[in-house]
This record gives sequence, C-alpha cells and structure tokens, in this order.
Amino acid sequence: MTRLYTVNTASEIAERIYEFWIRAPQVARNARAGQFLILRIDEQGERIPLTISAVNGDAVRVVFMAVGKTTQHLATLKAGDALADVVGPLGKPSEIENFGTACVVGGGAGIACLPIIARELKEAGNHVIGIIGARNAGLLILEDEMREICDELFITTDDGSKGFHGYAADVLKRELDHRTIDRVWIIGPAIMMKVTSAATVPYGVKTFVSLNPIMVDGTGMCGSCRVTVGGETKFACVDGPEFDAHQVDFVELMQRQRIYTDQEKAAVERFAEHTCRCGEGGHHHG
Amino acid sequence: MADRAADVRVRDFKEVDLGMTVDEAIAEAERCLQCKKPLCVAGCPVCIDIPGFIAEVAEGNFRKAAAIVKEQNMLPAICGRVCPQETQCEGVCILGKKETAIRIGALERFVADWEQQNGLVSPEKAEPTGKRVAVVGSGPAGITAAAELARAGHAVTIFESLHEAGGVLTYGIPAFRLPKEIVKTEIDQVLEMGVGLKKNYLVGRSLSAADLLKYDAVFLATGAGLPSFMGIPGENLPGVYSANEFLTRVNLMHADRFPVFDTPVKHGARVAVVGGGNVAMDAARVARRLGAKVTLIYRRREEDMPARLAEVHHAKEEGIEFATCTNPTRIIGDQFVTGIECVKMTMCKLDASGRPSPQEEKGSEFTLDVDMVIIAIGTSPNPLLVSLIPGLERTRKGNVVVDENGKTSIPHVYAGGDIATGAATVIEAMGTAKKAAAAINRMLREE
Repeated sequence: MTRLYTVNTASEIAERIYEFWIRAPQVARNARAGQFLILRIDEQGERIPLTISAVNGDAVRVVFMAVGKTTQHLATLKAGDALADVVGPLGKPSEIENFGTACVVGGGAGIACLPIIARELKEAGNHVIGIIGARNAGLLILEDEMREICDELFITTDDGSKGFHGYAADVLKRELDHRTIDRVWIIGPAIMMKVTSAATVPYGVKTFVSLNPIMVDGTGMCGSCRVTVGGETKFACVDGPEFDAHQVDFVELMQRQRIYTDQEKAAVERFAEHTCRCGEGGHHHG
Repeated sequence: MADRAADVRVRDFKEVDLGMTVDEAIAEAERCLQCKKPLCVAGCPVCIDIPGFIAEVAEGNFRKAAAIVKEQNMLPAICGRVCPQETQCEGVCILGKKETAIRIGALERFVADWEQQNGLVSPEKAEPTGKRVAVVGSGPAGITAAAELARAGHAVTIFESLHEAGGVLTYGIPAFRLPKEIVKTEIDQVLEMGVGLKKNYLVGRSLSAADLLKYDAVFLATGAGLPSFMGIPGENLPGVYSANEFLTRVNLMHADRFPVFDTPVKHGARVAVVGGGNVAMDAARVARRLGAKVTLIYRRREEDMPARLAEVHHAKEEGIEFATCTNPTRIIGDQFVTGIECVKMTMCKLDASGRPSPQEEKGSEFTLDVDMVIIAIGTSPNPLLVSLIPGLERTRKGNVVVDENGKTSIPHVYAGGDIATGAATVIEAMGTAKKAAAAINRMLREE
C-alpha cells in the first residue's frame, strides 16, 4: 500500500483525549475553519469524521476522545503509522467576517475545533473571546494555544478545579449581560451545545454550533447525517456542519447519534478483549 | 443459464445468476440471424457490433468476440450483468417478435467473463497528445470517458471522493448482482492504460474548482447521488435509511460482516422498502440477506415498476412481499421505528410518464409493523461540485445543462452520466460519456 497519509505526531493531551498531526496535503492545502475530514484507519475500518483543528504545511491536526472502537484503535497509532484514507476538507467553511466581538465556546474535546475558527476571526479583525470548559482541570485542552489566539480567555470546570466553578454557559451569560457580543460559536457534545446555545437566545445573538451526527460518505450521498434545522431536513456533511444553533433540533440529533449504541458497545468489548490478550495494547487483526 | 436456488442464495452475497456455459453460449449465438441491418446495434446506447461479436461466439472465437465488444465498451462484464437489455438490444431483436430474442446480455457477460479468466486483451492507444484531462467521478460515465480519452492519447486523471473507484457500481449495486471483483478487474484494466486515479479527492473541496479548470478539458461525471426523501413525518427516526446509506454500508463498507469490519448496519427483523426501481429491489434483497422479512411498498401497480423484470422476479423468489398500490403517509416510532402507516392507492388515467397516476383511497389507511424502513424513491444530482463552479448552467432540477455532445456552458468543460441526464442506467451513462469523450477529443485535436 502506498503511504499517502501518515501520522506525523501522536500524543495524549488529556485523559483519553488525543492530538494527532496527520499528513494529508490535499486536505491541508484547502482547509478552512469549520471544516472536517473523514479518515479510515485500515481496510476493515469505518469512515469517521473529525473536525480540522489546525493546519501546518501539508499536515492537519485532529483531536479526538477515545471512546468507541475506532477512536480507541486510532489512539494506539504512533508517529510514522499510515492511515488507509483521509478525505477532506469536507463541509462548508465557517461564515467569518469582521463582526466586532466574537465569542468561541468549547466543551471537552470540542475545544479542539476552536483554534482555527478563533484564528480566522482574529485575522478578520474581531475582538475574540474564548470560553473553554471541561469536567475538571485535567481534561482541559489547548489552553495555552487558545490564550495566545484569543484577546480574552475564560476557563470553566464543572468541579471548580480550575477557573470558574460551573459551566461555559454560565460564563457566556455573564459576559452577554455586561457587553455586546456579535457572534457566538459553540462546539462540544450535543447536550452541551443545546444548553449553552439556549443562553444566547434572550440576547438575540446569532450563534453557530458544529454538529457531529453519524456520517458515512460525508459528501451528500447517504443521508445518514440528516438533521432538522428550522423545520427542514439538512445534511450536516454538505449543508453544515455549522448551523444556526437556535434552529437545530438537538433532541433528534442526540437520538440519531445513539442509533448504533448496541453495536458500538459490542465492538468496544471485542476490541478490549483483543488488545488485552496480546498484552501490549496494540491492535491486531484476528 | 441458471440462477442459484432462492433459499440458498438469500444466505450469502454470492452472484445469483451463474451465467452461460460454453455450450449454452455457442448454441445461443448460433440462433442469431446476423441481420443485414441489425436493430440491436441501434438499440445499444454504446453501439456494440452485436452481430459481429455473436458470430465469433458461434465459432468459438471468444477472444475475438471480447475484442469486438471492447471496441465500443470497456466494461462488458458489468454491462452484461446490469444493462436493461430487455428494453435495449434484446428489446428490438427481430427474433423477439416470434420467439425469444437472442440473449445478448448473457452473451456479452459470457465473453467478458471468459476474457477475464483467460487473460485480458489490452486495447491499443494513440500517441500521447500532451493534453491533460480531468475526469470527476469514477462511476460508469467517468470510467468510460477516461478509457476513451486515454485511448486517444490524452493524459487522464480521475478524481474520486470515496476510497474505492466505481461509483454506483461499488457502493450501490450489491455483489449478488454485480460481484465486486468483476468491477475491480474492469476498472483496473482502464487504469492500466495509464489513467491516473486520485481517490479521497472531493473535487471542489480537496481540489478547488479553479484548479480543476486548469486542465485542458474537464469531464464531470459526479452522478445523481443525493437521496430523495418523501417528506413525511417520522422520516428522521433512527431506523429509517436512504437506500444509498443502507447499500453503501453493506456494499462499500461491508457492514454485513460487522464486527470484522467496523461499520455497523441495523439488521431489521421486519423491513419496509419504499420504491419500485432497481435500487428498491437491491435494498430489499440486501435486507433479506441480513435476515429480515421484507415488504416492498410501491404506490403504483407491479407492471408499472421501473425495475427490471428479472430483478422483480428474483426479489419475489427470495420471498420479498409486494404491497403495490400503496403509499406511506407516516413513519411511526418513539426512539426507533416501530411501524409505517400507509394508504391504498387507486390508479387513475395515465400521466406524462405513461403510467397511471395514483390517487389516495380515502379511509384505507393501515399500519405495517416494521422495525426498519428503507427509502428508495430516487436520487438527484449531487449539488456540491457543480454549485462551486461559477457560471455552470444547470436545470431547475440541478442537472448540468449540456448539448448533444455533453458540452456545458463553460468552455472545455463537459458532463455526462446522471449529473447531465438525471438518474438513468449504467449503459445510458456510458453512452453519454462516449459522446462527450469523442467531442473532447475533437476539441483537443483541433486546438
């Protein structure tokens, strides 16, 4: 197999959260804020979408949490390992202009999607506020990088181990109360996006969320990623992944994200059994 | 020519139709009248010299027969399997008036398979012209155009967004109707002519439209991959699939072999498939192979179905139940699909398509208990790339506007297959691709 796509660097940046730089020139050359890629580890692999977090030369950065079988397998890869396929950039780029003051809010691994957006917002002349939140201080990622890009950075943790004790939504509300924010991006788990975007409704601030439904091809062909936005069915892969947060049917999104819960559980168990028996945690095909 | 027994074949994805033996092929070829003015050739969208190749089969010259077919058609093993011959070459065969038409499709398949098993004949190529042509999409139209243009001496690069070439041949048509190794062999043969294939390239995204237009010529063959939904309540419930998604999961991603392959698919116990075309038959038969009891819901009568007769017949043999003159009105479920509510349809006078127009029978609503629904009511052009090329003229339905040679509103840009014609058959897509390739060749040579 020709090694078109290789892992340049791989590191665990928080518990179960991994940062990979992947060589994929055609993706890196064209990637913009808000877009994603789809990768497949090997010939047996599934196609998984990951948001592009940063670009450097012919490589792109992705950050993922090892939860399902595929992400756990991905986490075992090391620098120099090859991936079977990387396609992208996919999806529409973020709608970035000089709005005045823009706020980017990230929850958990979703923080990883913010740097590229924050950077483009900054380059467009915005005053950029960052709010990053995690369950605890140990799960907080990319803090230094976000501090460097954003004009202001607020940190929240659910347990109060760092920054504001509470949720990103609380800090967002607080800031909206005493100043004008013209645009908000919120990226994280679906429930976090649902709750946090509710905070901007009373202030009438246009708010974007980046949706992460299950996808297969990612090019508008299968319809797996359909989401209801403003009462209309949209394909997150080509119409999104960013949508007006106040129009998204989050309940349906979360329901559709759970379609394969049983299968995922079985796959994870099978993977665990497989890796344990081999002793060193690597993946071997049976 | 025999089909594998229905009760055996529903347990696997191996080919249903076993093809002709040597004796059967020769005997069938000998029936051909070798008409002076063959109607079959005119009935073939790519104008294969049908009497010519059949005469060679009758003589036992299978290699020669294959070479004759491949002068016009680089994908004979595919076309021999999936072309609707009954409405094309075989449909106009003079023998069909009195007895049965020559089984041209089966003979085409026979010689192609024979050639694959006995060593391929590589086609001759013209001297390199130094011109670069980009072909977008590696489905039947893209592959055909690439082969024609490579033969003419141009440097061709095919761009494919998926990780496998073949388009609908790979993700759409199931292996029991079109084995994947057959597709791969025929595509590889085109690539061996020096055609470049860039997989994982979504043109418009991985390659900008501006960079695409730097090629000396462009052939757009991005197909009609956008699935249509009915717009009825409950359509986004988990357990409701587009046929594209269901077939892609199984055909391309091998979800039938989960967890050996990582892509999952639901195995419904009771599945409803909505639609009456070949794709609906394919989806129903795949669901059957995954263990489901399948009901096919179609709003007109069985005789109005656009699917090939053979596929309808195969589906029925495999135990697919047909609920005809029936239309879904609502999909029911809470967290997951539990049923589909339908209404009976009465057939009224013929509509523009020549089929009776169905009308709802008041008060005839009934519910089928199902745990999965597959929507196979058609597709429309994938709008992504064509929307990113400024100035490319499109119809209201989103098809690229082309002239009779496949020329679009932009100089040097041609289009063929479903993106230009709307959803059609493999061979029709190939026919438009051949015309466009010939026009591109003329254009490049005149410059």
